[in-house]
Amino acid sequence: MSAAKKKSNATATKAPSAGDAIDDFQQTPINAGLSREDKCKLYRTILGIRRFEERSLQAYNQGKIGGFLHLYIGQEAVAAGVVSLMEENDHIITAYRDHGHALAVGMSMNECMAEMFGKHTGCSKGKGGSMHFFAPEKNYWGGHGIVAGQTPLGAGLAFALKYKGLKGCCICFLGDGAVNQGSFMETLNLVSLWGIPVVFVIENNGYSMGTSLARSSAEENLAHRADGFDIEWDVCEGHDVFEVREYANRAMSRAREEMKPFLLEIRTYRYRGHSVADANHEKYRTKEEIEEYKKNKDPINVLKEQLVADGSLTEESASKINLEVKTEADAAAKFAEQSPVAPRSEIQTDVYWEVDNDTNNSLKGTYFFND
Amino acid sequence: MPLITYREAIKQALDEEIQHDENVCIMGEEVAQYNGAYKVTEGLWEKYGDKRVIDTPISEAAFSGLAIGASCLGIRPVVEMMFMSFSYVAIDQLFNNASFCRYMSGGLMNVPIVVRGPANGGTNVGATHSHTPENMVANHPGLKVVCPSNAYDAKGLMKTAIRDNDPVFVMENTLLYGEKWEVPEEEYLIELGVANILREGSDLTIVAHGRCAMIALKAAKMLEEQHEISVDLVDLRSIRPLDETTILESVKKTGRALLVEENKPYCGVDAQISHLIQLKAFDYLDAPIHRVSAIDAPQIYAKELEDWQIPNEERIIEGALKCLA
Repeated sequence: MSAAKKKSNATATKAPSAGDAIDDFQQTPINAGLSREDKCKLYRTILGIRRFEERSLQAYNQGKIGGFLHLYIGQEAVAAGVVSLMEENDHIITAYRDHGHALAVGMSMNECMAEMFGKHTGCSKGKGGSMHFFAPEKNYWGGHGIVAGQTPLGAGLAFALKYKGLKGCCICFLGDGAVNQGSFMETLNLVSLWGIPVVFVIENNGYSMGTSLARSSAEENLAHRADGFDIEWDVCEGHDVFEVREYANRAMSRAREEMKPFLLEIRTYRYRGHSVADANHEKYRTKEEIEEYKKNKDPINVLKEQLVADGSLTEESASKINLEVKTEADAAAKFAEQSPVAPRSEIQTDVYWEVDNDTNNSLKGTYFFND
Repeated sequence: MPLITYREAIKQALDEEIQHDENVCIMGEEVAQYNGAYKVTEGLWEKYGDKRVIDTPISEAAFSGLAIGASCLGIRPVVEMMFMSFSYVAIDQLFNNASFCRYMSGGLMNVPIVVRGPANGGTNVGATHSHTPENMVANHPGLKVVCPSNAYDAKGLMKTAIRDNDPVFVMENTLLYGEKWEVPEEEYLIELGVANILREGSDLTIVAHGRCAMIALKAAKMLEEQHEISVDLVDLRSIRPLDETTILESVKKTGRALLVEENKPYCGVDAQISHLIQLKAFDYLDAPIHRVSAIDAPQIYAKELEDWQIPNEERIIEGALKCLA
């Protein structure tokens, strides 16, 4: 439950501070109206992300996926909950732990898996890899590899909405390590100064790579930093998708309605290491800590219990969904495996728009220097 | 034809493009109410207001990144760096995001921004404010970079840069802002990737860009008068894309090449051009290629020494004589 205390400065309009009093987030207005289908869809999304990533881990361990693999396992309810609230003019952008967000916006397991396999059928034709999934047609702008590098971009997407007079917001995800980057702090100042409708969602999983929050941030209540920029903030837990939706809805509505930024810290947990290469992740935290979260706060189990209790789901239908997404993930791995790598000629496409589109602007001069 | 300053020419380009496309906006430190640190944007805020001409806090990473993000949704921001040296605090945004987002998304995104500002030394301000990063920009596939040497080129290249659908850096020069050239009143654009022959000659090719092309022009006149050396002077205008054809045609005609730039020599633009000439005009060369660049040290503060550190007429003449020795 939320432990947030709103800032004392009363000049800004605040979101209702009802978090502490809410026992059942399923009953808040944004959730109470969800149909049985809506709820099952949330369950399918969360479970789909989990099964997809488990399958990708297997492929990584088989040497079929190269580079880094930053797994989102344990954090699924955050992306699923926030994305479920997106409206037509809302956009999202995130960092390198981006698989969950990609699947939540509706990217296919095939294109995502194939991207990690480095195949031509991948969402970025194998040019981006695990950290760089993009789907602009779904308002999903990546997938960015440098910590906090996406935060000014998120501000820019929201700036464009304001410039064009569109009612919407940009949700920009970042990790708890990213809050200590200068670019993020510069961006907080800018969006507050200019009144830009961006919602920064800090997915606080407690560890910036192998360094715990206590060892990396002087103020452990990360959202409090918003006070220094006169930005409204809130904090919630990330294992209950209905709680995520409640808090994200307040933040997103406020951004859309009032053209103001918001900083939402969502406390969550990753079961795996920073990346799969982080084999030491049981050394900087205890096994008990991981097991404790899995046992009590696993977002899949929590949601399943809620949905079985309210009759939206039965053990049988839950198993059926599980089997379906698992089959889909297996099929995606097969699809990726069987897909071709892009031809070598693709190395030099998608560099310049004007060249790719063979425009008059691209006729003169040499663009590429190979010899 | 009206004689106007380099500064005025850029301002005209910005003014015309703001009128041409409602998505064009200008942002940077002091660009609006202060009228620009170098007065390039003078009067534009008064004319177009807060939406189109936007003052930013001193946060290059944030406003560069914001411009990139906004461009993904069709805004065409022209970002002013008060000094191109200040872009160094925004390198992740400019050299990872502006240059690579298109590639990493498999061509799903494009970033139509312009990053403009002075990139020169010779102003007695020391090493941190005297960077000439056109080589560094050109080293990032996905970015384009132009270095206008005069007012006519500055206007035509700026307008093209703003209409281009890829990120373009326009490297200006504070020492040129106040100088005047003839610029037509009617609208024109200059294509990227097309060099300009500033002077035709037969003995020696000089390749230069930016203000160095103007210094080389003066040196070429002196070489003609004092040494009877006829110089073919190629002003690159655009570094990436690069007009290889014009460079090679000139070298094939003269058989000798002197490469002049204000960049530091190591991995400078002319290192690439030297490679190009030896590769594609090897049999035409009658002498080794020589270079005149900034003397290879951090930019020195002392005025008399800095004037010697960056290329001047005397050093260019010295270089030319080496080519003809």
